[in-house]
This record gives sequence, C-alpha cells and structure tokens, in this order.
Amino acid sequence: MNTFVQAMLFQAGYNVALVTVGAILLGIAAGSAGTFLFLRKRALVSDAIAHATLPGIGVAFIIMIWLGGDGRSILGLLFGSAITALIGLFIIEWIPRRTRLPEDAAIGSVLGVFFGAGIVLLTVIQTMSSGRQAGLESFLLGSTAGMLFQDAIVIAIGGFFSILGIWIARRPLTIVSFDKDYAISVGYDVRQIDLLMMGLVLGVTVIGMKLVGLILIVAMLIIPAVTARFWSNRMDEVVVIAGFLGGLSGYIGAVLSASAPSLPTGPIIVMIAIVLFVLSLFLAPNSGVFSTFIERRKTKSNIHRRQGLLTIAKGENVVSSFTRKLLANEGLSRTDGLTDKGKKLVTKILIDENRWIAAKEVYPDKDMNINYGIKLIEETLTKDELLKVDQYIKSHKFKSITYD
Amino acid sequence: MINEFIQFSLTPILIGILAGISCAVPGNFLILKRQALIGDAISHVVLPGIVVAFIFTGVISTMPMLLGAAGAALVAVILIEIIKRLGKIEPGAAMGVVFTGMFALGVLILEQTDTSKVHLDVEHALMGNLESLIWLKAQGWQSLFDLDVLKTLPDELFRIIFVCGFILSLTVIFWRWLKIVTFDEEYARTIGIHSSIINFSLVIITAIAAVAAFESVGSIIVIAMFICPPAAARLMTNKLGIQVIWSIVFAILAAIFGYIIAGYGPLWFGSENSVSAAGMIAVVSGIILLLTCMYGPCRESVGQKKD
Amino acid sequence: MINTTNTSEITPSKPALKIQGLTVSYGDKTAIFSVDANFPTASMSAIIGPNGAGKSTLLKAVIGVQPILAGQVHIFDNPVKNNLQKIAYVPQRVSVDWDFPTNVIDVVQMGLYRQVGLLGRMKGEQTSIAMDCLDRVGMADMWQQQIGQLSGGQQQRVFLARALAQDAEIYLLDEPFSGVDAATERAIIDVLKSLKSKNKSIIAVHHDLATVRDYFDYVLMINIKNIAEGLIDETFTNENLQSTYGGKLELTHAEELSAPKDRPTK
Repeated sequence: MNTFVQAMLFQAGYNVALVTVGAILLGIAAGSAGTFLFLRKRALVSDAIAHATLPGIGVAFIIMIWLGGDGRSILGLLFGSAITALIGLFIIEWIPRRTRLPEDAAIGSVLGVFFGAGIVLLTVIQTMSSGRQAGLESFLLGSTAGMLFQDAIVIAIGGFFSILGIWIARRPLTIVSFDKDYAISVGYDVRQIDLLMMGLVLGVTVIGMKLVGLILIVAMLIIPAVTARFWSNRMDEVVVIAGFLGGLSGYIGAVLSASAPSLPTGPIIVMIAIVLFVLSLFLAPNSGVFSTFIERRKTKSNIHRRQGLLTIAKGENVVSSFTRKLLANEGLSRTDGLTDKGKKLVTKILIDENRWIAAKEVYPDKDMNINYGIKLIEETLTKDELLKVDQYIKSHKFKSITYD
Repeated sequence: MINEFIQFSLTPILIGILAGISCAVPGNFLILKRQALIGDAISHVVLPGIVVAFIFTGVISTMPMLLGAAGAALVAVILIEIIKRLGKIEPGAAMGVVFTGMFALGVLILEQTDTSKVHLDVEHALMGNLESLIWLKAQGWQSLFDLDVLKTLPDELFRIIFVCGFILSLTVIFWRWLKIVTFDEEYARTIGIHSSIINFSLVIITAIAAVAAFESVGSIIVIAMFICPPAAARLMTNKLGIQVIWSIVFAILAAIFGYIIAGYGPLWFGSENSVSAAGMIAVVSGIILLLTCMYGPCRESVGQKKD
Repeated sequence: MINTTNTSEITPSKPALKIQGLTVSYGDKTAIFSVDANFPTASMSAIIGPNGAGKSTLLKAVIGVQPILAGQVHIFDNPVKNNLQKIAYVPQRVSVDWDFPTNVIDVVQMGLYRQVGLLGRMKGEQTSIAMDCLDRVGMADMWQQQIGQLSGGQQQRVFLARALAQDAEIYLLDEPFSGVDAATERAIIDVLKSLKSKNKSIIAVHHDLATVRDYFDYVLMINIKNIAEGLIDETFTNENLQSTYGGKLELTHAEELSAPKDRPTK
C-alpha cells in the first residue's frame, strides 16, 4: 500500500513518475481524439489503424538490423509502425471510394490482412538472428513490467504533443464531427479534416502502443469517449470530459500497476476505463440506464393519462386496459366517469391542447411536434413565446376545442 | 516427397480450407448487413474465453478452451446488444467498448495466473499454429483408406469438418430467410419471418466459426477470413448464390497458396525456415481482395446511380 | 379531433383496418399521438400530412416493425398480430440497399416465401405467379435484371409486384409515388384500381396533394394526431388542409386543391 501512495504522489521513483505522467497525457490525448472519431461514427477505424502498425514494426526492425543497428530503437519502430498504419488508413479510405464495398468491410480486411502480414514478419524475425530476443511481442499487449526510460520519455512527450495538436485543431474537428454538411457549407474541406483526425488518432495509437499494446490502445480511444457521451450533450464538453476520464484511467491504472507488479499497465488502465463506463451507463443523470428507464415509464404514463382523459372527456370509451388502470389508480376516473380531480386535470390538458394547436399556427416554421403529448407546452416554449400563443388564443381568430 | 506432403502439409491445408469456408460463408451476410466488424469483435474475445476456461478447469485441454471461447463470444454479443440498446450507442463503438474491455480482462487474469504454458497458448490464440497440425502416421496416399491411420489425424481436422458441414447445411436450409432478412428486414417481418432470430443466429454462427477456426489460424487472422473472401466475391457477381460460391473459391485459394508460400516461399529466398502459415493465408486473401478491387467485374456500385 | 367526420355512416361494412389510440414515440419524441382511423374495405385510402407528421411511422406500427406505446390495431375486427398474412406491405423504395446482389424475379418471389415455406421448392407454378405479377406492373421483360440497374420507377414497380405475389387483402404502401416517373405512377395507380375492383383495400401514404382527389376515395389527415378522416369529398377540404399543414401550405394553393375539379358528380 505504501508503494501505492508513493506512486500516487509521483514519489515512487523517477521512472514510475514518468510513466504515470505519460499514461495521464496519453489518456487525455486518446480520450479527446477518440471523441471526434466516435461522434463521426468511425470508432473502429482506430482498431484497423492499431492492427496495421504491426507489419511496420516488423519491417522497421528488419531494416534497422540490416543497417547494422540494434533493431530495438523505439523511435525507429514507431516510425515504421506509423508508415504501415498510414498505408492501412489509405486503403480503408480507398476501398469504399473505388468499389461498392462499405467502410466496415474495408476496416475489417485491412485489420486482418495487415495483422497477418505482421505475424508473418514476426516469424521471420524470430528466425532471423538467433539468440536475439527482439521483444516485439510487447507491442501486442503492452509492456508488462517496468518500462525503459527511453520509452517513458517518448510516451510523455508524444502524449503532450498529441494534446497540443488536438487543442489547435479542435474547432474544425468539432464542426466536421458535429455536422458534416454545415462544415462543407462554411468552406471546410471535410476530407482533409477527416485525414487530420485520423492523423491524430494514428499519433496517439503509435505513442500508446508501447504502454498498452496495439490491441488495447483502441480501448483508450473509444471507451472514454463513449462514457463521456452519457454526461453531456454538448460537443465541447464531451471532448473535455472524455479527456478527463482518459487521463483519470491512465493515472489510476499506472499507479496501480506500479504498486502491484503483477498488474500490467495496459489492461489495468482499460479496466479502470471500463469501470467508469459501466458506472456511467447505469447512473448518468440524464441518459443513464436507470434514469432512462424511469423517464420512459413516466412518458408512457403521461401519454396514457392524457390520451385517456381526453377520450373520456369526449364521451368515448377507453379501450386500453393499461390506461383504465392508470386513471383509476391515480384517482382520476371511476366507473361512472371522471372524478373531480380528473376533471380538473382535463381542464388543464385542454388548455395545453389548445396552446399546442395555437402554437402551430403562431409558429408555423417551428417544429412543434417534438414534445407534443409528452411534455407540457411550458417546457417547450420560452415565456415570451407562450405569451404570444395565449394572446393568439384570446383573439377571435382562434377556435378553441372544448368538451362538455 | 509425396509422403512428406501428406504427413506435414495435407492436414494443415485441409484445415485452412475448411476454416476459411466456415468463416467466409457467414461473412457474406455480415458484409451485406454492414456488420462485418462483428467478426472482429468476436474473434478478440476468444482470448479471454480460453483464459477463463483455464481458470475454471485448471487444465489446458481443447474442449474447455473451445467452450470458454464460445461462451465469451456469446457474452460479448449479448453485452454489445445491451449497450447498443440501453446506452443508444452506435454499433461500432459498442463493439469497441465490449471487446477491448473483455480482452483487457483476459490479459489481466492471465498475468495473475502466470503460467508460462498458458502464455504460450495466448500467442497461439492470437497468431495461430497451423503448421503443427501434422499427420505423422501417414505413409503415402493409401493411408487415406486405412482406418487406424486415419484415427491419428489431428482432432482439429474432425472438429473443423463438423463445423464447416454444420455451417454449410444451415446456410442451405435457411437460405431464403437469410436472403430476405439481409435484403429487407422490415418486409421479412411482415411475411412472418422472425428477423431478430435470424440475425441472432447469424451472429452465433459467426461465433462458432470464429471459435472453430481460431485454434488453427489464430483469433486475429480469422477476421481476414471472415471479410476478405466474401468482400472479394462481392466484386465478382451480382447474384447472392454465386457470390457465396465465389467466396468459398477465394477461401480455398487463399488457404492453399497461403500455406504453400509460407512453407516453401522462404526456401526460394534461400532461407531454411518457414513463416507463419496463418499470417500468409491472411496476406494472400488480402491480395485477392486487392486484385478484385482493381479488376473485379462488378466492383462498382450499381445501386445508387439512377434515380 | 376538431373536424373528425363521423365515419360510421359512410362505411357500413366493417373496416379493413381499424386503429384506436395509436401512440408511438422515439425516445422522448412523439411520432404519433393517439391516432384513430377506420380504413374502409374495398377502397383506396390515402394518409396525408406534412413531413414528420408520422405517416410512415403509422404504417410501421401497424405491421409491427415499430413498437407502440399505446393503442390497438385490428384488421377485419381481429387483432393484427395473428393476421399479418392478410397484409402486403410495400416499403419506401429508399429503405433497402439496391446494390444487393439479387435480380428482379428473385425479389418478386420473396412475396411467395410464406406460401412455399422454408424449403419448399419454387416450382414452375410459383415462377409463373411471379412472372404474372411482374406482367401486371409492366416489368415482365426485365425479370432477369440486377435490381440496382433499375430506375426508381422500375424499382417501385418491382416492390409492388412482390406485394401482389402475396395475394393479400390489404395493401399498405409507403409513398409509392415518391421519385417515380409519370408512366410508372400511371401504371401503379392502374394496378391499385384493379385491386380495388377485386375488393382489396389499399392504404397509401401519399404526399402529392394535387392527385389525392383523383386517386383516392378516402383520406386520413394526420399531423402527429388525427386532424380529419373520411370520404375525400367531405374531408379533403380547405379547412382541414389548413389544420393539417398549418402555415406550410399557401392558402390559395389549398383552396385550389380542395375544390372539386369540374367533373361529373357520381
């Protein structure tokens, strides 16, 4: 536990502190870059990018050996991985443009084929220089034990620059992932911005590979973004929240991993992100499962109540047994008709009905149907708009509905 | 020479072919339904499946591993569906959350149990081990008619024969339903076909194919086998039946050429060691897809042109 | 609700399709609210209303593709659920992927799947039924065409042929005339009229107000909720159009539409 507290406070050694900082920066970068990808509905492109790095690592290693080097230079390997990932990305873009195949087929084939090529190269490397342990497998699942100083530095600096890049490009990225057509209409080159987005994702992937492994880096891009979506409907907020959640997962994960050697950094970071996701899925105040469930039931009751009361007021029979039960349970109706409470509510609903009808005439261009029947009109219109509607109702142009 | 081929190459090639067909056939429908990546998701959760199976049974044996993988695939599919529905999240992202999460959990559990033997199997699960499926007892072609020798064929072969037969017969039996649900799901419901059951069965079939194939070709390369042959076939024809046949042909070609290039290719370059056959099968299927993308007779979309 | 015509007098026979209090919502957005309708047997009915009024949703709720929040649907006084075989549904043309690898006759034969079952062979008899249906929509020559190569109008005809193959009692069509050429529109309307003469009931979501009077006998006007329902001559009025479309419809235009054209009275 002592190491845990030390690690938390960045006191557990220079390397651990550096890795922790790196994990936080990477988490922030991945979370916010992933948000654009997620909102653009292209989350799994990152999976293909990540898998397409493997052959690049292999080729870079082989070339470096041929050139007489060590082959394990992290910068060289990352450079190689970026090249093949870029080729993979290009093919994913090219296939749906050139052929009838949809993007998901392109993603899947690039992912599988490039990974296959990577495996082929790894078997070549295994036999190439006997006795030399290349350790390239760590790129698959991330570094399990302590990381080299050089790697940690690369992650920290790379993470920092990725965040910087996202911050600089945040406006065009936001516009394109929010509303592509609008972006085109105001003169953005969507294709270029998409490429920029993919470039950032590629950067994060390549940097994060050594820490969490190429199979799991996808998790750091997708999970915080999806989680953040539960907490806000506003694009700019979602990006910040996703960055925060990513950074938090990176921090907790790195600290836990430093204090317990059997916990590999990558998977533990992902598990933290998953825990945050599950909590949000269920508990988020507006779009979580619990609140949606309650909201849904409320909506259903609202609709049945309104529908039932209006039917009875019209002097017709309520056919739905659910509606009848609801009205009886709430003391709104008896077998012989509406109770006083029910009548009062009918009056209120009739006012609302008339307001909706009037509002449609006052604001013909406004989409007045969205909340009709579910919410009261007060919750849809502003005060001054409502005033105008009421004035219209009082004027003689409007014929109100009434029931006896 | 012939004897060597039968001992060392015949069964891996057969298994590669059958695994390829088992994946390619459901892949046709996945691609048409824009669900190609469900194969991606399922094959990633094979690893956590076998790890959990190992934790429960404590032994490394095939049946528990297969059951574990199948169970994990089922859990993943259900979780994806739940997250999609409850969280109103688009399918790709829901898949991404589920399979990476389960994969991370698998790796984490694995590190806790630190068994080097399991670790070895993880690499096999990811990369495949087609070359080791040999038939040493075979002595020339006549062994194919010798029951005792036939019994020494690797179990993997029998399993994949069973799975491949199962998938092919289901495809034939449910052909009409598969076709109409893939083409026009809403309409299918109005003529009394339970689209959701067909959809779910397709995913289950995909899981079965992935699990059966992973033990020989590895769980990631399975993705290439799901997508590349049917995607290439899609560019060859405008008839669904013929497309499925093309996908089978491409799967067979990829398996044969992939295996031969992996085994004998390095010799041509003066190296004595072969390279990963499963990886090479994926590469060959990728090349086939690339060629059809450039020259396939039906590579261009015909759907949206006119209006 | 204001202008609901009393329909019981004009449709003495039991309605082909009866909808009571049907409400559907997408999340917290109301798609249709408490819609009632009684579509008469052996006639051509139109469902009209502005964009987003819930016309297609109404059809989808009827056939069970869209879950309903409240309400009931009956066909010939029986719950719709066990009587779907009496309905033939013609979806919007844009709802499917026309790049799908299949050809014209294949699509039409899909309408026979219920009849031949899962494994039953498509015998010569079924093929000739399918060919006959194609002939009725004027597409018999193109039976081998890949569906993606068809024009919009031809695609719509194929969908109609598929519905004909089902030999149903009620035909539900979702915007059958959207994006089709004039010849196709004519051909489709002829087929529908011949169905009507065989006592079939046709219900179509329709958006071209100019042709409502010519094509249909009966109309349901909705905008999330019922506005009006009844025989065309009594219901398709300027006032109802105003309530349905609000400010979206030019007043003069509405008058022109709703005024019966000079033609002999029935």
